Amino acid sequence: MPAPFILDRSSVTQVMAWVLAALLPGIAVSVWLFGPGILVTLSLAIVTALAAEAAMLKARGYPATPFLTDLSAIVTAWLLALSLPTLAPWWLIVTGTLFAIVVAKHLYGGLGQNIFNPAMVGYAVLIVSFPVQMTQWAGPLSLTETPLTLAQSASVIFGGEFPKATLDAVTMATPLDALRTGLLQQYTVDEIITQPIFGHYGGVGFEWLAAAFLLGGLLLWALRIISWHVPLAFLAGIWLTAGFLHFFDPGRFGAPWFHLFAPSVMLGAFFIATDPVSGATTPRGKLIFGLGAGFLTIVIRTWGGYPDGVAFAILLLNLCVPLIDQYTQPRVYGEARKGKEPQA
Amino acid sequence: MLTAILVMVAIAVVTGLVLGWSAIRFKVEGNPLAEKIDAILPQTQCGQCGFPGCRPYAEAIAKGEADINQCPPGGEEGVKKLAELLGVEPKSLDETHGTPKPKSVAFIDEQICIGCTLCIQACPVDAISGAAKQMHTIIASECTGCELCLPPCPVDCISMVTLAEDLPHWKWKHPVVMLKKVA
Amino acid sequence: MSRELFKFKGGVHPPEHKSESSTHPIHAAPLPRKLVIPLRQHIGQVAKPVVNVGDRVLKGQMIGAADGYISAAVHASSSGVVTAIDLQPVPHISGLPDLCISIETDSRDEWIDHAPLDYQAMVPADLRMQLRDLGLAGLGGAVFPSAAKLDPGAAHSCPTLILNGGECEPWITCDDVLMRHHADEILQGVAVMRHLLGSTGILVGIEDNKPEAIAAMQAAAQKVDFAVEVVAVPTIYPGGGAKQMIQTLTGKQVPSGKLSTDIGIQVFNVGTAHALARAVHHGEPLISRLVTVTGHVLRRQNFVVLIGTPMHTLITLAGDRDGTTGVLMGGPMMGVPMPNLEVPVVKATNCILVKSNELFPPLPRALPCIRCTRCADACPAELQPQELFRFAKAGDFGRAQEYHLFDCIECGCCSYVCPSHIPLVDFYRYAKSEIWAREKEKRAADLARERHEFRQFRLEREKKEKAEKLAAKAQAKRAELAAEPAAAGSAPSDADAKKALIAAALARAQAKKAETMPKNIDHLPPDKQREIEEIEARRAKIREMARQPLESEEKP
Repeated sequence: MPAPFILDRSSVTQVMAWVLAALLPGIAVSVWLFGPGILVTLSLAIVTALAAEAAMLKARGYPATPFLTDLSAIVTAWLLALSLPTLAPWWLIVTGTLFAIVVAKHLYGGLGQNIFNPAMVGYAVLIVSFPVQMTQWAGPLSLTETPLTLAQSASVIFGGEFPKATLDAVTMATPLDALRTGLLQQYTVDEIITQPIFGHYGGVGFEWLAAAFLLGGLLLWALRIISWHVPLAFLAGIWLTAGFLHFFDPGRFGAPWFHLFAPSVMLGAFFIATDPVSGATTPRGKLIFGLGAGFLTIVIRTWGGYPDGVAFAILLLNLCVPLIDQYTQPRVYGEARKGKEPQA
Repeated sequence: MLTAILVMVAIAVVTGLVLGWSAIRFKVEGNPLAEKIDAILPQTQCGQCGFPGCRPYAEAIAKGEADINQCPPGGEEGVKKLAELLGVEPKSLDETHGTPKPKSVAFIDEQICIGCTLCIQACPVDAISGAAKQMHTIIASECTGCELCLPPCPVDCISMVTLAEDLPHWKWKHPVVMLKKVA
Repeated sequence: MSRELFKFKGGVHPPEHKSESSTHPIHAAPLPRKLVIPLRQHIGQVAKPVVNVGDRVLKGQMIGAADGYISAAVHASSSGVVTAIDLQPVPHISGLPDLCISIETDSRDEWIDHAPLDYQAMVPADLRMQLRDLGLAGLGGAVFPSAAKLDPGAAHSCPTLILNGGECEPWITCDDVLMRHHADEILQGVAVMRHLLGSTGILVGIEDNKPEAIAAMQAAAQKVDFAVEVVAVPTIYPGGGAKQMIQTLTGKQVPSGKLSTDIGIQVFNVGTAHALARAVHHGEPLISRLVTVTGHVLRRQNFVVLIGTPMHTLITLAGDRDGTTGVLMGGPMMGVPMPNLEVPVVKATNCILVKSNELFPPLPRALPCIRCTRCADACPAELQPQELFRFAKAGDFGRAQEYHLFDCIECGCCSYVCPSHIPLVDFYRYAKSEIWAREKEKRAADLARERHEFRQFRLEREKKEKAEKLAAKAQAKRAELAAEPAAAGSAPSDADAKKALIAAALARAQAKKAETMPKNIDHLPPDKQREIEEIEARRAKIREMARQPLESEEKP
């Protein structure tokens, strides 16, 4: 075994563990503001993901321990679970997770080989196949009369039974849904955001969730787990595109701050678009990747058939990664700068 | 209806003109395919393929008269490269033409050599120096290891010496990264 | 002394482990009973042996002469008798042996006559030849022949001379210790370099984790009659790499595929400067060097070691311990594992690092690349290691070259930071050596093609000449026949005459062929016989095929 003979203390497990740790503020806020249902969803997703991962490793002839302990399956499970409605039925969670791990990850070659972000593939499959269930979000507790307990949440998720008379009170449209529905009914943005679900920037509760994801993302950046390129470009892409539209017709297009503080955007910017495996690798490529994903997110939100576009935008940009990488190769040491001699 | 036909005709004429023009503009002299095939062949000139040298074999492949798996010195890798160039399925080496051997060069035992020049005449790359009634020597750096000099030697003084790996020719091996379970 | 410093991209901060060995005084290693001196100790042409087995040699006597411009001589490190000139194990990762001269020392350590060189009075070209014959080569690890580096070339001068005291590799301290104790001599060497290169600016770059060395060099710099700027540079691996040192000190980058002299900069290791001073001021060839012996030994320290000393004697000297798991030549980032401990210390041996499981735990198993680009962030050559890895692993060497594989300096930063623990540098070394091998093969094939084509051309020409000669002869014969009066009354037709001639020639040829039939094919074992028959058949077929196109050409 030739040099080098020493290694830095980093490992895939360590990287993944930090990603999970950075998600904790978001989870805490979710429990605090939306009830404990998310804990059930997360646990179910973890169990499903680990089981699917173990089965696929065995089927493909890979050793289980190093790959199960790399925590990548749990990261996928959490990202998917956090993208799902908090009271989504169990089979929705299981189907999405299975699809993410089995098809999007292992059928493409396992860790490091998947060209699409597995969690987003799982999400896309679910929203295309089960659009109704995918919009049954639990509303913020402040707007709910009888908050559900952990046991009640579990029975909703596993049994599909809501405690009597609370169904309408518990689930409601997300701010993005509300905006979309309102616009379709020819209301203006100003009229729509008078609804109780809308808060200062985003939705009530949702804006705090977004802030928590932002906090976790900044932690990852401070630890150099992620670089600033993708999140900044992604947020800039959203802000610029939404701002441009809002500037010309504030009645028909939501404000840029509103778009930024949807939780899916912060989760997407710091945790999903920054997925190294399916993302661009060069600094310029990361900027293009982020800007493109941000732009497409707003385009899909505004003109697409689904209320949110983060998942589709990221998947579409995943497709472009080889091309982006190839055409954004940075200058190497001693290579002539374009148009002039190497700096002498 | 008439417009459609006219449009189609116009497209056909324009496309035809473009094709005709490019046929003249981008005409390639010679037989580039044979050149490309020849560039892949190992140039041992050993004739094991059944052709008198690499170039005739390359031309035969280009014409479709010979298969791509008749060159033992090129080995499986050579077959693979030819298959890639020609866009056909790679196949395994045709063993009737011989099997790949480790790279070696001819060596003349100078004690026995009688200076008959028969090997000089047989060598396809003029890698043997010497004259009638004088001892012959292989120019090792030019020897392709084709073995064509072995049969004509009347005193059997030529032998093939396998090239052992030495420091200047040592290569790094493909790193072994164990991921799969050892079956 | 505040100079604007520049930062190169990338780099890592591995634990330094310098103080263990740098604080101890230098010791001279004892004279071993047997010295094994490889003839290939430098980059370029191998030295040619100029002594014979049984010869008595003196200390400092040339035993291998430089062969060509990029080469260096090798010398006997002590007096004794040459016992062998053969293949011996050498400190190379392959474990393959190489040509070495073994000397049984006689413990008299008797010097050959040697005198200082009056370098200022010498023609530069002659001085360089002298230095080449004194065996000078870069002691930083690359062992490039110094004489060739001291040639300013077409530019006639090299304005900037950088003395590299970076020594960024962990554990190694031989340059640090050398600067602490021999700063004056190092600068004497610099004076010679300055003379040969015509340099005006002289910079000494030393990493700031070596304050004693910096102080010693600064004190020495006060005493010389030319300006020397001793600069403390930030400690970061691989800050001591020549290209990185150049960028840190001057902000310039050596253009890809070019030499630093193309931008007017030459870099030498401090050890080389010291060896140069010994060569010029004492006439001593390069027969010893400073070696750090460290790691899993009892007394980590630096030794002055004669070239050719077996490594195990040094480890014994430093106190070997149980639990050794291997020995490296060099540091942990770029060092080379030794196949065994019989191998000799050579000019490139800056450090002997003894490994143990506590100091160097076995590397964890590799996982797939997750494209996190930490390697790209750490790469001082500003490459995209993850892409190079992908191409090298898949054998796509063309793409690897497009992505600047050959700008990789194999510093190991990428492997060091890789969270998947992939031995990335290994893949680059493999790809590089595979590309070199293929280029070599390609050159051989091109040569063979050329030789074959020339032969075909020659045969064709000989055939034509022969045919012309024959035609002339036939013409003469026919004229002769025609001149004779027809005895039978009917003059033979032209065609008949030709036929008769051919028949006669054929008969002659057959007779001749029977005479020259190979005589050694009786009493052969059947397999040999069969092999010969097979090859004969092949040759016959080839002859057949070769004839066909020729005949078809001749027809019209």
